[in-house]
Amino acid sequence: MSELNNHMEECLSIVRALSESIEEGNEDEVDRLLDEITKLRESSLFQEVGKLTRQLHETLNSFQVDSRILSLAESDIPDAKERLNYVITMTEQSANITLNAVEKALPISEQLKEQSSSLEKKWDRFRQRQMPVNEFRELSGEIGEFMVWTARNAEHLHEHLSDVMMAQDFQDLTGQIIRRVINMVQEVESGLVELIRISGQRMITVEKSGANKNSIEGDGPRIPGCESHKDRVSGQDDVDDLLSSLGF
Amino acid sequence: MKILIVDDFSTMRRIIKNLMRDLGFNNTSEADDGKTALPMLQAGGFDFLITDWNMPGMQGIDLLKAVRADPKLATLPVLMVTAEAKREQIVEAAQAGVNGYVVKPFTAATLKEKIDKIFERIESAK
Repeated sequence: MSELNNHMEECLSIVRALSESIEEGNEDEVDRLLDEITKLRESSLFQEVGKLTRQLHETLNSFQVDSRILSLAESDIPDAKERLNYVITMTEQSANITLNAVEKALPISEQLKEQSSSLEKKWDRFRQRQMPVNEFRELSGEIGEFMVWTARNAEHLHEHLSDVMMAQDFQDLTGQIIRRVINMVQEVESGLVELIRISGQRMITVEKSGANKNSIEGDGPRIPGCESHKDRVSGQDDVDDLLSSLGF
Repeated sequence: MKILIVDDFSTMRRIIKNLMRDLGFNNTSEADDGKTALPMLQAGGFDFLITDWNMPGMQGIDLLKAVRADPKLATLPVLMVTAEAKREQIVEAAQAGVNGYVVKPFTAATLKEKIDKIFERIESAK
């Protein structure tokens, strides 16, 4: 208000000086004062343009939030679904590789146990000198075969254990994928919060203008199935949902 | 031969460590990103570096560049083992002076092949 008064007083003083100058016939002074009035006009014009520019800038910023959310919904979320499906595939593969290797390795360890305990019994009899020469020849052949078998199967065990180890690489790869999805979810969350903040402001202004038009009159309890009551909440849960959708 | 294995996932470090032991390299140390690895390398004693690319803190590519920029480490053989598989990334690693590039998931045979190749080249360059 005082700004406006200042402005008016400034105008008034210039106009008074102008009329004096005209009466005096001072042409230079008249020109100078006219210029001054024009400048006053221009400065308030600049202020208006400034305000408009600011509004435009803010609107464009809110558009940027909207378009980011659009790209999240259009590409990032389907992409995240793909990524998570890939995580399921990879963990399943690793589990299968591991289980296959274990299923191959277990019989080897069982055979190893059986053969060595059978040889041990015979070896004990030999050490106690209870074994005839013929039988010892047989045992010596068995020991030879057992050593060849052990060497070969030790290699197989090594292979199976290596398979189990390599199958654990899923933890690194799926971990990286899940980290990225977590980052995306966080971005969606902050985008939604921002959107609610912006649209929440608009909703508040809409409510205000609506309230001005037709002030809230009592309308009685909600009637189920009533066409004009369609815009009403159906219970406390709806109220809570609505509030929570607005960020409360 | 002393080897430094750099990866932010401990499971991957263990896998590489075990594979290296299978190949006859028993002397390995571990670091979980470039920031921890660089001072270990600068302290000396390492003959080979195996590093991931994508790590928090200091990334593998930056570790590689830091190694090449350090006169004491400039000739250290570096093998990159990473899930980063974009062409431009592989080109960047090559330009930064990487000696080998293995893309995850990899097999024990692939790792062996790349390591053998690196040592072959070093031998023939002598």
